Amino acid sequence: MDLFVSQLLNGLVYGLLLFLLASGLSLIFGLMGVVNLAHGSFFMLGAFIGLSVVSYTGSFWWALVLAPIPVAIAAAAIEILLLRHLYKRDKVDMVLLTFGLSFVFTDLVEWGWGKDTFSLSEPASLEESLEFLGGYFPQYRLAIVVFGLAVALLLWLLIEKTRIGAMVRAGIDDTRTAMGIGLNVPLLLTTTFASGAALAGMAGVVAGPILGVYSGVDVEVLIPAFIVIVIGGMGSLKGAFVGSLLIGIADTFGKAYMPEASMFLIYAAMIVILLARPHGLFGQAAS
Amino acid sequence: MLRLENVHAYYGLSHILHGVSLEVGDREIVSLLGRNGAGKTTTLLAIMGFLEPGPGTITYRDRRIGGLAPYRISRMGVGFVPQERGIFGNLTVEENLTVAARRGSNGAWTLKRIYELFPRLRERAAFRGSKLSGGEQQMLSIARALLLNPDLIILDEPSEGLAPLIVQEILDILLNVRAEGVAVLIVEQNLRAALRIADRHYVLSKGKVCFSGTSEQLNADETILKQHLGV
Ligand SMILES: Nc1ncnc2c1ncn2[C@@H]1O[C@H](COP(=O)(O)OP(=O)(O)OP(=O)(O)O)[C@@H](O)[C@H]1O
Ligand SMILES: [Mg+2]
Repeated sequence: MDLFVSQLLNGLVYGLLLFLLASGLSLIFGLMGVVNLAHGSFFMLGAFIGLSVVSYTGSFWWALVLAPIPVAIAAAAIEILLLRHLYKRDKVDMVLLTFGLSFVFTDLVEWGWGKDTFSLSEPASLEESLEFLGGYFPQYRLAIVVFGLAVALLLWLLIEKTRIGAMVRAGIDDTRTAMGIGLNVPLLLTTTFASGAALAGMAGVVAGPILGVYSGVDVEVLIPAFIVIVIGGMGSLKGAFVGSLLIGIADTFGKAYMPEASMFLIYAAMIVILLARPHGLFGQAAS
Repeated sequence: MLRLENVHAYYGLSHILHGVSLEVGDREIVSLLGRNGAGKTTTLLAIMGFLEPGPGTITYRDRRIGGLAPYRISRMGVGFVPQERGIFGNLTVEENLTVAARRGSNGAWTLKRIYELFPRLRERAAFRGSKLSGGEQQMLSIARALLLNPDLIILDEPSEGLAPLIVQEILDILLNVRAEGVAVLIVEQNLRAALRIADRHYVLSKGKVCFSGTSEQLNADETILKQHLGV
Protein backbone atom coordinates (compact mmCIF):
# COMPACT_ATOMS: atom_id res chain seq x y z
CA MET A 1 0.00 0.00 0.00
CA ASP A 2 2.75 2.33 1.06
CA LEU A 3 4.75 1.74 -2.07
CA PHE A 4 1.68 1.93 -4.24
CA VAL A 5 0.67 5.38 -3.01
CA SER A 6 4.16 6.78 -3.26
CA GLN A 7 4.53 5.36 -6.77
CA LEU A 8 1.24 6.95 -7.68
CA LEU A 9 2.58 10.30 -6.50
CA ASN A 10 5.77 9.79 -8.49
CA GLY A 11 3.71 8.87 -11.53
CA LEU A 12 1.65 12.04 -11.16
CA VAL A 13 4.79 14.12 -10.77
CA TYR A 14 6.37 12.65 -13.87
CA GLY A 15 3.10 12.92 -15.77
CA LEU A 16 2.63 16.58 -14.91
CA LEU A 17 6.22 17.36 -15.87
CA LEU A 18 5.53 15.66 -19.19
CA PHE A 19 2.40 17.76 -19.54
CA LEU A 20 4.39 21.00 -19.27
CA LEU A 21 6.38 19.78 -22.25
CA ALA A 22 3.67 17.99 -24.21
CA SER A 23 1.10 20.80 -24.03
CA GLY A 24 3.35 23.17 -25.97
CA LEU A 25 4.50 20.44 -28.33
CA SER A 26 0.90 19.55 -29.10
CA LEU A 27 -0.38 23.10 -29.65
CA ILE A 28 2.61 23.90 -31.85
CA PHE A 29 2.01 20.75 -33.82
CA GLY A 30 -1.64 21.70 -34.20
CA LEU A 31 -0.77 25.13 -35.57
CA MET A 32 2.26 24.36 -37.70
CA GLY A 33 1.61 20.76 -38.63
CA VAL A 34 5.11 19.72 -37.62
CA VAL A 35 6.65 18.03 -34.64
CA ASN A 36 9.18 20.36 -33.12
CA LEU A 37 12.14 18.09 -32.46
CA ALA A 38 13.90 20.97 -30.70
CA HIS A 39 11.20 21.13 -28.03
CA GLY A 40 13.25 18.93 -25.69
CA SER A 41 16.13 21.37 -26.22
CA PHE A 42 14.01 24.18 -24.76
CA PHE A 43 13.50 22.01 -21.68
CA MET A 44 17.23 21.35 -21.45
CA LEU A 45 18.14 24.98 -22.04
CA GLY A 46 15.73 26.07 -19.32
CA ALA A 47 17.28 23.60 -16.91
CA PHE A 48 20.85 24.82 -17.57
CA ILE A 49 19.94 28.49 -17.45
CA GLY A 50 18.10 27.75 -14.22
CA LEU A 51 21.25 26.14 -12.90
CA SER A 52 23.23 29.30 -13.61
CA VAL A 53 20.58 31.54 -12.13
CA VAL A 54 20.65 29.49 -8.94
CA SER A 55 24.41 29.73 -8.76
CA TYR A 56 24.29 33.54 -9.10
CA THR A 57 21.27 34.30 -6.98
CA GLY A 58 21.14 31.26 -4.75
CA SER A 59 17.41 31.14 -5.30
CA PHE A 60 15.44 28.41 -7.01
CA TRP A 61 12.50 30.78 -7.36
CA TRP A 62 14.48 33.27 -9.40
CA ALA A 63 15.52 30.40 -11.65
CA LEU A 64 11.92 29.36 -12.10
CA VAL A 65 10.87 32.89 -13.09
CA LEU A 66 13.91 33.97 -15.12
CA ALA A 67 14.99 30.87 -17.01
CA PRO A 68 11.94 30.70 -19.30
CA ILE A 69 12.59 34.24 -20.60
CA PRO A 70 15.77 33.66 -22.65
CA VAL A 71 14.31 30.33 -23.80
CA ALA A 72 11.23 32.12 -25.12
CA ILE A 73 13.39 34.73 -26.84
CA ALA A 74 15.52 32.04 -28.49
CA ALA A 75 12.36 30.27 -29.65
CA ALA A 76 10.82 33.44 -31.05
CA ALA A 77 14.04 34.14 -32.95
CA ILE A 78 14.05 30.62 -34.36
CA GLU A 79 10.45 30.95 -35.50
CA ILE A 80 10.91 34.37 -37.07
CA LEU A 81 14.34 33.89 -38.62
CA LEU A 82 14.21 30.24 -39.68
CA LEU A 83 10.94 28.32 -39.45
CA ARG A 84 8.77 31.05 -40.96
CA HIS A 85 10.58 30.78 -44.25
CA LEU A 86 9.77 27.10 -44.56
CA TYR A 87 5.99 27.19 -44.03
CA LYS A 88 5.29 27.02 -47.72
CA ARG A 89 7.71 24.17 -48.28
CA ASP A 90 7.37 20.48 -47.57
CA LYS A 91 6.74 19.82 -43.86
CA VAL A 92 9.74 17.50 -43.82
CA ASP A 93 12.01 20.51 -44.26
CA MET A 94 10.72 22.02 -41.04
CA VAL A 95 11.08 18.78 -39.11
CA LEU A 96 14.66 18.43 -40.36
CA LEU A 97 15.42 21.99 -39.36
CA THR A 98 14.20 21.41 -35.80
CA PHE A 99 16.16 18.15 -35.74
CA GLY A 100 19.31 20.03 -36.74
CA LEU A 101 18.63 22.71 -34.15
CA SER A 102 18.46 20.10 -31.41
CA PHE A 103 22.10 19.21 -32.16
CA VAL A 104 23.08 22.86 -32.15
CA PHE A 105 21.51 23.27 -28.71
CA THR A 106 23.27 20.18 -27.38
CA ASP A 107 26.60 21.59 -28.57
CA LEU A 108 25.83 25.00 -27.13
CA VAL A 109 24.97 23.53 -23.77
CA GLU A 110 28.09 21.32 -23.70
CA TRP A 111 30.19 24.29 -24.71
CA GLY A 112 28.69 26.48 -22.01
CA TRP A 113 28.27 24.06 -19.11
CA GLY A 114 30.21 20.92 -20.03
CA LYS A 115 29.09 17.32 -20.20
CA ASP A 116 28.62 16.64 -16.50
CA THR A 117 25.37 15.84 -14.84
CA PHE A 118 24.40 18.59 -12.44
CA SER A 119 21.76 18.55 -9.86
CA LEU A 120 19.59 21.51 -9.20
CA SER A 121 18.72 21.63 -5.55
CA GLU A 122 15.12 22.01 -4.60
CA PRO A 123 14.08 25.16 -2.77
CA ALA A 124 14.98 25.05 0.90
CA SER A 125 11.39 25.71 1.92
CA LEU A 126 10.29 22.47 0.27
CA GLU A 127 12.99 20.11 1.44
CA GLU A 128 11.01 18.20 4.00
CA SER A 129 8.52 15.42 3.78
CA LEU A 130 4.94 15.33 4.86
CA GLU A 131 3.49 12.32 6.54
CA PHE A 132 0.04 11.14 5.62
CA LEU A 133 -1.76 8.02 4.40
CA GLY A 134 0.86 6.06 6.26
CA GLY A 135 3.75 7.29 4.15
CA TYR A 136 6.29 10.10 3.81
CA PHE A 137 5.86 12.37 0.84
CA PRO A 138 8.52 14.85 -0.22
CA GLN A 139 7.10 18.36 -0.14
CA TYR A 140 8.77 19.25 -3.39
CA ARG A 141 6.98 16.48 -5.26
CA LEU A 142 3.65 17.48 -3.77
CA ALA A 143 4.37 21.05 -4.82
CA ILE A 144 4.99 19.89 -8.40
CA VAL A 145 1.60 18.22 -8.44
CA VAL A 146 -0.10 21.40 -7.26
CA PHE A 147 1.91 23.55 -9.67
CA GLY A 148 1.33 21.21 -12.61
CA LEU A 149 -2.41 21.07 -12.00
CA ALA A 150 -2.56 24.85 -11.63
CA VAL A 151 -0.71 25.34 -14.92
CA ALA A 152 -3.00 22.83 -16.62
CA LEU A 153 -6.07 24.68 -15.34
CA LEU A 154 -4.74 28.09 -16.38
CA LEU A 155 -3.78 26.79 -19.80
CA TRP A 156 -7.20 25.25 -20.22
CA LEU A 157 -8.89 28.52 -19.28
CA LEU A 158 -6.62 30.44 -21.64
CA ILE A 159 -7.22 28.15 -24.59
CA GLU A 160 -10.91 27.40 -24.07
CA LYS A 161 -12.27 30.59 -22.54
CA THR A 162 -10.42 33.56 -23.98
CA ARG A 163 -10.43 35.21 -27.37
CA ILE A 164 -6.71 34.56 -27.80
CA GLY A 165 -7.38 30.90 -27.09
CA ALA A 166 -10.15 30.92 -29.68
CA MET A 167 -7.66 32.36 -32.18
CA VAL A 168 -5.22 29.55 -31.42
CA ARG A 169 -7.96 26.94 -31.85
CA ALA A 170 -9.09 28.61 -35.07
CA GLY A 171 -5.52 28.41 -36.36
CA ILE A 172 -5.34 24.75 -35.38
CA ASP A 173 -8.64 24.00 -37.12
CA ASP A 174 -7.94 25.84 -40.35
CA THR A 175 -4.94 28.12 -40.72
CA ARG A 176 -5.97 29.23 -44.15
CA THR A 177 -9.44 30.43 -43.27
CA ALA A 178 -8.07 32.03 -40.12
CA MET A 179 -5.83 34.18 -42.33
CA GLY A 180 -8.65 34.79 -44.79
CA ILE A 181 -10.82 36.41 -42.12
CA GLY A 182 -8.02 38.62 -40.88
CA LEU A 183 -6.32 36.76 -38.05
CA ASN A 184 -2.62 37.53 -37.82
CA VAL A 185 -1.55 33.91 -38.03
CA PRO A 186 2.20 34.59 -38.25
CA LEU A 187 2.04 36.49 -34.95
CA LEU A 188 -0.06 33.70 -33.47
CA LEU A 189 2.57 31.15 -34.50
CA THR A 190 5.46 33.14 -33.03
CA THR A 191 3.58 33.68 -29.78
CA THR A 192 2.53 30.06 -29.43
CA PHE A 193 5.98 28.77 -30.33
CA ALA A 194 7.66 31.07 -27.81
CA SER A 195 5.10 30.39 -25.06
CA GLY A 196 5.38 26.64 -25.59
CA ALA A 197 9.15 26.99 -25.34
CA ALA A 198 8.87 29.06 -22.16
CA LEU A 199 6.68 26.37 -20.63
CA ALA A 200 9.22 23.72 -21.65
CA GLY A 201 12.03 25.81 -20.17
CA MET A 202 10.08 26.18 -16.96
CA ALA A 203 9.52 22.41 -16.92
CA GLY A 204 13.30 21.99 -17.21
CA VAL A 205 13.81 24.01 -14.02
CA VAL A 206 10.99 22.27 -12.14
CA ALA A 207 12.30 18.85 -13.19
CA GLY A 208 15.92 19.76 -12.41
CA PRO A 209 15.88 18.48 -8.81
CA ILE A 210 14.23 15.23 -9.94
CA LEU A 211 15.69 14.30 -13.32
CA GLY A 212 19.01 16.12 -13.04
CA VAL A 213 20.50 18.59 -15.49
CA TYR A 214 22.68 17.18 -18.28
CA SER A 215 23.09 17.41 -22.01
CA GLY A 216 21.01 14.57 -23.33
CA VAL A 217 18.06 15.20 -21.02
CA ASP A 218 16.38 16.78 -24.06
CA VAL A 219 15.96 13.44 -25.82
CA GLU A 220 15.16 11.75 -22.55
CA VAL A 221 12.03 13.88 -22.15
CA LEU A 222 11.16 14.52 -25.80
CA ILE A 223 10.48 10.88 -26.59
CA PRO A 224 7.88 10.30 -23.86
CA ALA A 225 6.35 13.74 -24.61
CA PHE A 226 6.05 12.69 -28.22
CA ILE A 227 4.37 9.42 -27.22
CA VAL A 228 2.01 11.48 -25.07
CA ILE A 229 0.78 13.62 -27.93
CA VAL A 230 0.47 10.65 -30.25
CA ILE A 231 -1.72 8.92 -27.68
CA GLY A 232 -3.63 12.03 -26.64
CA GLY A 233 -4.14 13.40 -30.11
CA MET A 234 -2.03 16.06 -31.81
CA GLY A 235 -3.24 19.60 -31.24
CA SER A 236 -5.46 18.72 -28.29
CA LEU A 237 -4.71 20.17 -24.88
CA LYS A 238 -7.05 17.70 -23.19
CA GLY A 239 -5.25 14.90 -25.01
CA ALA A 240 -1.88 16.18 -23.82
CA PHE A 241 -3.17 16.23 -20.23
CA VAL A 242 -4.73 12.76 -20.22
CA GLY A 243 -1.86 11.29 -22.24
CA SER A 244 0.75 12.78 -19.88
CA LEU A 245 -0.88 11.34 -16.79
CA LEU A 246 -1.33 7.96 -18.47
CA ILE A 247 2.29 7.76 -19.57
CA GLY A 248 3.66 9.24 -16.36
CA ILE A 249 1.82 6.76 -14.20
CA ALA A 250 2.29 3.77 -16.51
CA ASP A 251 6.01 4.43 -16.82
CA THR A 252 6.50 4.86 -13.09
CA PHE A 253 4.59 1.71 -12.18
CA GLY A 254 6.25 -0.21 -14.99
CA LYS A 255 9.69 0.73 -13.69
CA ALA A 256 8.74 -0.14 -10.13
CA TYR A 257 7.03 -3.46 -10.69
CA MET A 258 8.51 -4.85 -13.90
CA PRO A 259 11.60 -2.86 -14.81
CA GLU A 260 12.56 -5.05 -17.78
CA ALA A 261 9.22 -4.57 -19.51
CA SER A 262 8.39 -0.93 -18.73
CA MET A 263 9.35 0.55 -22.11
CA PHE A 264 7.65 -2.33 -23.84
CA LEU A 265 4.45 -1.62 -21.91
CA ILE A 266 4.43 2.01 -22.97
CA TYR A 267 4.88 1.20 -26.63
CA ALA A 268 2.30 -1.58 -26.43
CA ALA A 269 -0.18 0.86 -24.89
CA MET A 270 0.55 3.33 -27.68
CA ILE A 271 -0.06 0.70 -30.35
CA VAL A 272 -3.33 -0.46 -28.81
CA ILE A 273 -4.64 3.09 -28.51
CA LEU A 274 -3.62 3.95 -32.05
CA LEU A 275 -5.27 0.82 -33.44
CA ALA A 276 -8.51 1.78 -31.71
CA ARG A 277 -8.23 5.53 -32.37
CA PRO A 278 -5.78 6.37 -35.14
CA HIS A 279 -5.84 10.08 -34.29
CA GLY A 280 -5.29 9.53 -30.60
CA LEU A 281 -7.76 9.77 -27.73
CA PHE A 282 -8.84 13.37 -28.36
CA GLY A 283 -7.41 14.03 -31.80
CA GLN A 284 -9.29 14.70 -35.01
CA ALA A 285 -8.54 13.82 -38.59
CA ALA A 286 -6.59 16.61 -40.28
CA SER A 287 -8.90 18.84 -42.29
CA MET B 1 -13.07 49.56 -55.39
CA LEU B 2 -11.46 46.32 -56.58
CA ARG B 3 -9.69 46.02 -59.90
CA LEU B 4 -7.85 43.11 -61.50
CA GLU B 5 -5.74 43.81 -64.54
CA ASN B 6 -4.41 40.99 -66.64
CA VAL B 7 -3.94 38.71 -63.63
CA HIS B 8 -2.19 35.37 -64.08
CA ALA B 9 -2.14 32.63 -61.47
CA TYR B 10 -0.41 29.30 -61.11
CA TYR B 11 -0.60 26.22 -58.95
CA GLY B 12 2.99 25.10 -59.04
CA LEU B 13 3.69 24.67 -62.71
CA SER B 14 0.12 24.65 -63.96
CA HIS B 15 -0.95 27.97 -65.37
CA ILE B 16 -4.59 28.50 -64.34
CA LEU B 17 -5.50 32.16 -64.86
CA HIS B 18 -4.47 33.60 -68.21
CA GLY B 19 -4.86 37.34 -67.78
CA VAL B 20 -8.10 37.96 -65.92
CA SER B 21 -9.32 41.55 -65.76
CA LEU B 22 -12.36 42.59 -63.80
CA GLU B 23 -13.65 45.39 -61.66
CA VAL B 24 -16.04 45.84 -58.77
CA GLY B 25 -17.25 49.39 -58.16
CA ASP B 26 -18.53 50.98 -54.97
CA ARG B 27 -21.89 49.57 -53.85
CA GLU B 28 -21.92 47.22 -56.79
CA ILE B 29 -22.88 43.55 -56.87
CA VAL B 30 -20.78 41.71 -59.42
CA SER B 31 -21.04 38.03 -60.24
CA LEU B 32 -18.31 35.76 -61.50
CA LEU B 33 -19.73 32.83 -63.44
CA GLY B 34 -18.35 29.83 -65.27
CA ARG B 35 -18.32 26.06 -65.39
CA ASN B 36 -16.53 23.77 -62.96
CA GLY B 37 -12.82 24.31 -63.15
CA ALA B 38 -13.08 27.60 -65.04
CA GLY B 39 -10.89 29.33 -62.47
CA LYS B 40 -13.46 31.18 -60.35
CA THR B 41 -12.12 30.05 -56.99
CA THR B 42 -8.58 30.60 -58.21
CA THR B 43 -9.48 34.21 -59.03
CA LEU B 44 -10.80 34.77 -55.52
CA LEU B 45 -7.78 33.10 -53.94
CA ALA B 46 -5.53 35.38 -55.98
CA ILE B 47 -7.46 38.43 -54.76
CA MET B 48 -7.26 37.29 -51.14
CA GLY B 49 -3.50 36.78 -51.34
CA PHE B 50 -3.51 33.00 -50.97
CA LEU B 51 -1.53 32.39 -54.15
CA GLU B 52 1.99 33.40 -55.04
CA PRO B 53 1.53 36.65 -56.93
CA GLY B 54 1.93 36.23 -60.68
CA PRO B 55 1.98 38.75 -63.53
CA GLY B 56 -0.80 41.34 -63.52
CA THR B 57 -1.96 43.80 -60.90
CA ILE B 58 -4.65 43.66 -58.26
CA THR B 59 -5.67 46.93 -56.66
CA TYR B 60 -8.09 47.50 -53.82
CA ARG B 61 -9.08 51.12 -53.18
CA ASP B 62 -6.22 52.28 -55.36
CA ARG B 63 -3.66 50.27 -53.40
CA ARG B 64 -1.81 47.38 -54.97
CA ILE B 65 -2.45 44.34 -52.82
CA GLY B 66 -0.57 41.68 -54.79
CA GLY B 67 1.91 39.96 -52.48
CA LEU B 68 0.27 41.05 -49.23
CA ALA B 69 -0.57 38.35 -46.68
CA PRO B 70 -4.25 37.33 -46.66
CA TYR B 71 -4.85 38.69 -43.18
CA ARG B 72 -3.62 42.11 -44.25
CA ILE B 73 -5.91 42.15 -47.24
CA SER B 74 -8.79 41.04 -45.06
CA ARG B 75 -8.06 43.83 -42.57
CA MET B 76 -8.20 46.43 -45.32
CA GLY B 77 -11.93 45.77 -45.31
CA VAL B 78 -12.52 42.60 -47.30
CA GLY B 79 -14.83 39.86 -45.99
CA PHE B 80 -14.28 36.40 -47.42
CA VAL B 81 -16.68 33.44 -47.54
CA PRO B 82 -14.69 30.49 -48.90
CA GLN B 83 -16.19 27.72 -51.01
CA GLU B 84 -15.57 25.11 -48.29
CA ARG B 85 -17.14 27.54 -45.79
CA GLY B 86 -14.17 27.27 -43.45
CA ILE B 87 -16.08 26.86 -40.22
CA PHE B 88 -13.80 26.26 -37.24
CA GLY B 89 -15.03 22.95 -35.86
CA ASN B 90 -13.46 23.38 -32.42
CA LEU B 91 -14.94 26.82 -31.87
CA THR B 92 -18.49 27.38 -30.78
CA VAL B 93 -20.81 29.15 -33.18
CA GLU B 94 -20.43 32.33 -31.17
CA GLU B 95 -16.65 32.03 -31.11
CA ASN B 96 -16.66 31.51 -34.87
CA LEU B 97 -18.54 34.80 -35.15
CA THR B 98 -16.44 36.83 -32.75
CA VAL B 99 -12.94 35.39 -33.08
CA ALA B 100 -11.98 37.80 -35.86
CA ALA B 101 -14.80 40.37 -35.62
CA ARG B 102 -13.75 43.94 -36.34
CA ARG B 103 -15.46 47.31 -36.17
CA GLY B 104 -14.48 48.10 -39.74
CA SER B 105 -15.23 51.53 -41.12
CA ASN B 106 -18.60 51.99 -39.44
CA GLY B 107 -19.26 49.02 -37.18
CA ALA B 108 -22.77 48.59 -38.52
CA TRP B 109 -22.79 44.85 -37.90
CA THR B 110 -22.96 43.66 -34.33
CA LEU B 111 -23.47 40.23 -32.83
CA LYS B 112 -26.94 41.29 -31.74
CA ARG B 113 -27.91 42.27 -35.25
CA ILE B 114 -26.49 39.05 -36.68
CA TYR B 115 -28.55 37.03 -34.21
CA GLU B 116 -31.68 38.94 -35.21
CA LEU B 117 -30.99 38.19 -38.83
CA PHE B 118 -30.04 34.55 -38.23
CA PRO B 119 -32.11 33.36 -35.25
CA ARG B 120 -30.92 29.86 -36.03
CA LEU B 121 -27.37 30.86 -35.15
CA ARG B 122 -28.50 32.29 -31.84
CA GLU B 123 -30.17 28.98 -30.99
CA ARG B 124 -26.93 27.20 -31.76
CA ALA B 125 -24.59 29.77 -30.23
CA ALA B 126 -23.02 27.32 -27.81
CA PHE B 127 -22.68 24.44 -30.29
CA ARG B 128 -19.32 23.57 -31.78
CA GLY B 129 -19.01 24.56 -35.43
CA SER B 130 -18.55 20.93 -36.42
CA LYS B 131 -22.08 20.13 -35.19
CA LEU B 132 -23.86 22.39 -37.68
CA SER B 133 -25.67 21.30 -40.81
CA GLY B 134 -24.43 22.42 -44.23
CA GLY B 135 -26.96 25.24 -44.47
CA GLU B 136 -26.19 26.47 -40.97
CA GLN B 137 -22.47 26.42 -41.74
CA GLN B 138 -23.03 28.53 -44.82
CA MET B 139 -25.06 31.06 -42.82
CA LEU B 140 -22.37 31.10 -40.17
CA SER B 141 -19.67 31.69 -42.75
CA ILE B 142 -21.58 34.64 -44.22
CA ALA B 143 -22.47 36.01 -40.79
CA ARG B 144 -18.83 35.77 -39.75
CA ALA B 145 -17.76 37.74 -42.82
CA LEU B 146 -20.38 40.42 -42.08
CA LEU B 147 -19.05 40.82 -38.55
CA LEU B 148 -15.73 41.86 -40.09
CA ASN B 149 -17.74 44.94 -41.12
CA PRO B 150 -16.24 44.78 -44.60
CA ASP B 151 -16.48 47.34 -47.38
CA LEU B 152 -16.30 44.52 -49.91
CA ILE B 153 -17.59 41.02 -49.36
CA ILE B 154 -16.37 38.15 -51.54
CA LEU B 155 -18.39 34.93 -51.61
CA ASP B 156 -17.52 31.66 -53.32
CA GLU B 157 -20.70 29.83 -54.38
CA PRO B 158 -22.78 30.61 -51.29
CA SER B 159 -25.80 28.81 -52.76
CA GLU B 160 -23.94 25.54 -53.39
CA GLY B 161 -25.86 22.61 -51.92
CA LEU B 162 -28.48 24.74 -50.17
CA ALA B 163 -32.26 24.43 -50.30
CA PRO B 164 -33.92 27.07 -52.53
CA LEU B 165 -35.54 28.79 -49.58
CA ILE B 166 -32.26 29.33 -47.84
CA VAL B 167 -30.71 30.54 -51.08
CA GLN B 168 -33.49 33.15 -51.30
CA GLU B 169 -32.78 34.23 -47.78
CA ILE B 170 -29.08 34.60 -48.43
CA LEU B 171 -29.63 36.59 -51.61
CA ASP B 172 -31.97 38.94 -49.76
CA ILE B 173 -29.34 39.46 -47.12
CA LEU B 174 -26.76 40.32 -49.76
CA LEU B 175 -29.11 42.87 -51.33
CA ASN B 176 -29.56 44.34 -47.88
CA VAL B 177 -25.84 44.45 -47.29
CA ARG B 178 -25.34 46.31 -50.55
CA ALA B 179 -28.05 48.78 -49.64
CA GLU B 180 -25.89 49.65 -46.65
CA GLY B 181 -22.98 50.51 -48.90
CA VAL B 182 -21.01 47.26 -49.10
CA ALA B 183 -19.79 46.02 -52.48
CA VAL B 184 -20.26 42.33 -53.31
CA LEU B 185 -18.28 39.96 -55.52
CA ILE B 186 -20.09 36.66 -55.78
CA VAL B 187 -19.00 33.49 -57.55
CA GLU B 188 -21.98 31.45 -58.69
CA GLN B 189 -22.90 28.37 -60.68
CA ASN B 190 -26.53 29.22 -60.14
CA LEU B 191 -27.28 31.58 -63.03
CA ARG B 192 -30.74 32.53 -61.79
CA ALA B 193 -29.36 33.56 -58.45
CA ALA B 194 -26.68 35.65 -60.13
CA LEU B 195 -29.15 37.32 -62.48
CA ARG B 196 -31.38 38.12 -59.56
CA ILE B 197 -28.92 40.07 -57.52
CA ALA B 198 -25.92 41.16 -59.57
CA ASP B 199 -25.63 44.41 -61.52
CA ARG B 200 -22.89 43.10 -63.77
CA HIS B 201 -21.46 39.69 -64.61
CA TYR B 202 -18.19 38.21 -65.74
CA VAL B 203 -18.02 34.75 -67.28
CA LEU B 204 -14.79 32.83 -66.98
CA SER B 205 -13.70 30.01 -69.22
CA LYS B 206 -10.37 28.24 -68.96
CA GLY B 207 -8.89 31.03 -66.94
CA LYS B 208 -9.97 33.86 -69.23
CA VAL B 209 -12.87 36.29 -69.11
CA CYS B 210 -15.07 35.47 -72.10
CA PHE B 211 -17.97 37.75 -71.26
CA SER B 212 -18.61 40.84 -69.25
CA GLY B 213 -21.77 42.86 -69.14
CA THR B 214 -25.11 43.57 -67.55
CA SER B 215 -27.85 41.06 -66.81
CA GLU B 216 -29.68 42.10 -69.97
CA GLN B 217 -26.63 41.60 -72.10
CA LEU B 218 -25.98 38.23 -70.51
CA ASN B 219 -29.56 37.11 -71.01
CA ALA B 220 -29.34 38.05 -74.66
CA ASP B 221 -26.07 36.26 -75.34
CA GLU B 222 -27.14 32.78 -76.43
CA THR B 223 -23.62 31.53 -77.15
CA ILE B 224 -22.26 32.43 -73.75
CA LEU B 225 -25.29 30.97 -72.01
CA LYS B 226 -25.05 27.72 -73.97
CA GLN B 227 -21.32 27.21 -74.15
CA HIS B 228 -20.09 28.52 -70.84
CA LEU B 229 -23.02 28.33 -68.50
CA GLY B 230 -24.72 25.20 -69.81
CA VAL B 231 -28.16 26.75 -70.02
N1 LIG C 1 -4.51 23.20 -55.58
C1 LIG C 1 -4.56 23.00 -56.91
N2 LIG C 1 -3.50 22.48 -57.57
C2 LIG C 1 -3.50 22.31 -58.90
N3 LIG C 1 -4.55 22.60 -59.69
C3 LIG C 1 -5.65 23.11 -59.11
C4 LIG C 1 -5.71 23.34 -57.69
N4 LIG C 1 -6.91 23.86 -57.41
C5 LIG C 1 -7.57 23.95 -58.57
N5 LIG C 1 -6.82 23.51 -59.60
C6 LIG C 1 -7.20 23.50 -61.01
O1 LIG C 1 -7.39 24.83 -61.42
C7 LIG C 1 -8.49 24.94 -62.29
C8 LIG C 1 -9.44 25.99 -61.80
O2 LIG C 1 -9.95 25.58 -60.54
P1 LIG C 1 -10.94 26.48 -59.69
O3 LIG C 1 -11.07 25.83 -58.36
O4 LIG C 1 -10.52 27.88 -59.74
O5 LIG C 1 -12.30 26.30 -60.50
P2 LIG C 1 -13.74 26.85 -60.18
O6 LIG C 1 -14.13 27.69 -61.33
O7 LIG C 1 -13.77 27.46 -58.84
O8 LIG C 1 -14.59 25.52 -60.19
P3 LIG C 1 -15.81 25.04 -59.26
O9 LIG C 1 -17.03 25.66 -59.80
O10 LIG C 1 -15.82 23.56 -59.42
O11 LIG C 1 -15.51 25.45 -57.87
C9 LIG C 1 -9.10 23.55 -62.38
O12 LIG C 1 -8.68 22.97 -63.59
C10 LIG C 1 -8.53 22.81 -61.21
O13 LIG C 1 -8.34 21.46 -61.53
MG1 LIG D 1 -14.62 26.97 -57.07
